[in-house]
Amino acid sequence: MMRADDTLVTVSLHSVAHGRAGDKGNRLNVSVLPYDPAAYELLAQQLSEERVLALYAHRGAISVKRYDLPMLPGFNFVIDDVLEGGVNGSLNLDGHGKSNSFILLGLEVRVPRRFVRTGNLVR
Amino acid sequence: MVDMFRVGSCAGFSGDRVDAPGPVVDTLIELGGPCAVFFETLGERTVALAQLEKRRDPERGYEPMLERLLEPILERCVKHRIPIIGNFGAANPPGAARVIAKLALRLGLPDLKIGVVYGDDVRERLDLKTHEVYEADTGLDMGGGDVVSANAYLSAQPIVDALKAGAQIVVTGRTGDPSLALAPLINHFGWQYDDWAKLAIGATAGHLLECGAQITGGYYYDPGFKDIPDPANIGFPIAEVYADGRLVITKAARTGGLVNTQVVKEQLLYEIHDPAQYITPDVILDFTQVTVQEIGVNRVEVCGVRGGPAPQKIKATVCFDGGWKGEGEISYAGPNCLARARAAAEVLLARLKLRKLAIEARVDLIGIGSVLSGDSGTQWRNYEGNEPQDIRVRLAVSARTQDDADQAAREALALYCCGPAGGGGVRWNTTQRIRTQSYLMLPSDLAPGCWVKSAAELVK
Repeated sequence: MMRADDTLVTVSLHSVAHGRAGDKGNRLNVSVLPYDPAAYELLAQQLSEERVLALYAHRGAISVKRYDLPMLPGFNFVIDDVLEGGVNGSLNLDGHGKSNSFILLGLEVRVPRRFVRTGNLVR
Repeated sequence: MVDMFRVGSCAGFSGDRVDAPGPVVDTLIELGGPCAVFFETLGERTVALAQLEKRRDPERGYEPMLERLLEPILERCVKHRIPIIGNFGAANPPGAARVIAKLALRLGLPDLKIGVVYGDDVRERLDLKTHEVYEADTGLDMGGGDVVSANAYLSAQPIVDALKAGAQIVVTGRTGDPSLALAPLINHFGWQYDDWAKLAIGATAGHLLECGAQITGGYYYDPGFKDIPDPANIGFPIAEVYADGRLVITKAARTGGLVNTQVVKEQLLYEIHDPAQYITPDVILDFTQVTVQEIGVNRVEVCGVRGGPAPQKIKATVCFDGGWKGEGEISYAGPNCLARARAAAEVLLARLKLRKLAIEARVDLIGIGSVLSGDSGTQWRNYEGNEPQDIRVRLAVSARTQDDADQAAREALALYCCGPAGGGGVRWNTTQRIRTQSYLMLPSDLAPGCWVKSAAELVK
C-alpha cells in the first residue's frame, strides 16, 4: 500500500526547492536547490531547459543551459538575453533581474507530498 | 593544531549597512588568532559612476561611504593587527588613501601604513578595435557612447605585495572580488601563485563572502519557508581557512541572520555560469564536486572545491556613456483603481507618441505586473485577477539626451491634472546611464603594482 506522503501532488517549485538569481551583463543565472536532496532526480526530470526557456520567453530569453550538480545537490540555470538589455540597458524596475528567481520558483512540479515544504524551516 | 586564518567580510556592495563591520571586527578580536577583513564595494558599473564623480571633482571618485565604514573599526584593527583590504578606491584609489590618511590623523594614527594598488585603469592600454570581446557580452548592443571607464580585474598579487611591504590597509580599484579575501591568505600561508588547490580554497572563501550578508541570511529570507533570526541585525560572514585546506563559513557573534547549508549553497552558485569553470584572475574554480555540511551552530564546512590554472587572459570591463533614463510614477487606489491605472498607462503611451520624443518607453502597473514582466506590457494588459487596493503606474524611458528623458518623465507629472481620477504621489527623475562591455587582455598588456605610505606622509 502506498504511504500517504508518497501521494503525488502538483505544487509550485517554491514549495520543493529554493534558489537565487544573479546577473552578468544580459545573462541571468538562477540556482535551484531542493530542500530534500532526495527530490533531485525527480526535479532533474521535470526542470527541462525547454520548460524553463518557455517561462522566460516573455522576457526575450533566447536560450537556457542547465548545469547539474548532483553532489550539492542542485541545478544552475543560465538564461541568455533575458534581461532586455541587462542592468545597463533595461527599462525594467529590476534591471539586475534579482527578483527573477521567483519566475522559475513559480513553475509547477509534480512530486510526492513528502518533498513539499510549507512550514517554518529554521532548524 | 592546524594553522588557521580568519577572513571577515565588512561590506558586500556599495550601499551596504555601515554598522556591519563593527561586530565582525569585535568577533575577530575576541576569537584572537591571525585574521584580516575586506570590503567589496565596487559593482560592475560602480566604477563608471565613480569615474563620472571624479570628472566633476578630481579628489572624489572613491566609495562615498568610505569614512563611515572605516571610522568605527580602524583604530581597533590597527591595535589588533588586523589588515583591512578594500576595493573602495573605485576610480580614485590615491584619493581614497588621502581620505583614510586624514581619518587616521584624526584618530591619532599618523603611522598607519596605507597601501594603494594601481594598474587596473586600462583606458590608455585597451584598444576597443583589436582586443577581443568577452564571450558572454558579444550580443550586447553598445549604442556607441564615449568610454567612461576601462578597468581590468587585477589578481591578488599586488595586494599581497602591499601587505608584504607593511600596509595595514590596502586600497584597490578593480580587482577580482574573491582576490580581496585571497590576498591575506596567500600572505599568511605563503601559498605559491601556482598552488591551484590552495588558491582555490582561498578564492572560494572570497567568492562566498564577497556579497556580505548574502551568505548569512540576506537575499535568502523567505518568511515561512526560510526564516532567519533578527533580520534587521544580520551579522556579516567570517571564513575560517585552515592550512590543510579546510574551509568553514561562520558569522559575527551576537548578530542576527544564520549560516546553514541552504544559504551557503545559494551563494556558492550566485553569479556563476558553468560551475566547472568559475573564472577568477587567480585560479579557475570547479564547484561540481562541492558538498556542504553543517558542523555546528552557524558553522558550515565547504568541501570538494577544486582549482585549475589561472586564465591566460584577463577580463577588463569598459563602461560607455549610455544616455539617460527618465522615470515617472503615479498611484491609483480604491474602487476601480485597476481600470484607472490601466487608462493612465495607455494615456502615457499615447502622450509619448503625440510628443514625438526620441525615446524608448515601457510602462508597468506595480502591483499587477512589473519586475517579472517584459517590456511589452502584455501582463498588465491581460490581467484578469482580483483588483488590488492600490496600484502604482510607472513609466520608464531611455533617451540620448537628458532633456528628452525629462520631458517624457514629466508626462507622468502632467497626469495630476490631465489624467484619470484620483491620481496621486507623483515622483519623476532622470538618471545618467552606463553601458558595459567586457574585453580580454593579455597579462603583458598590464602593469599593475602598489605603493605604501604612512598617513602622515600622505597628508603632508
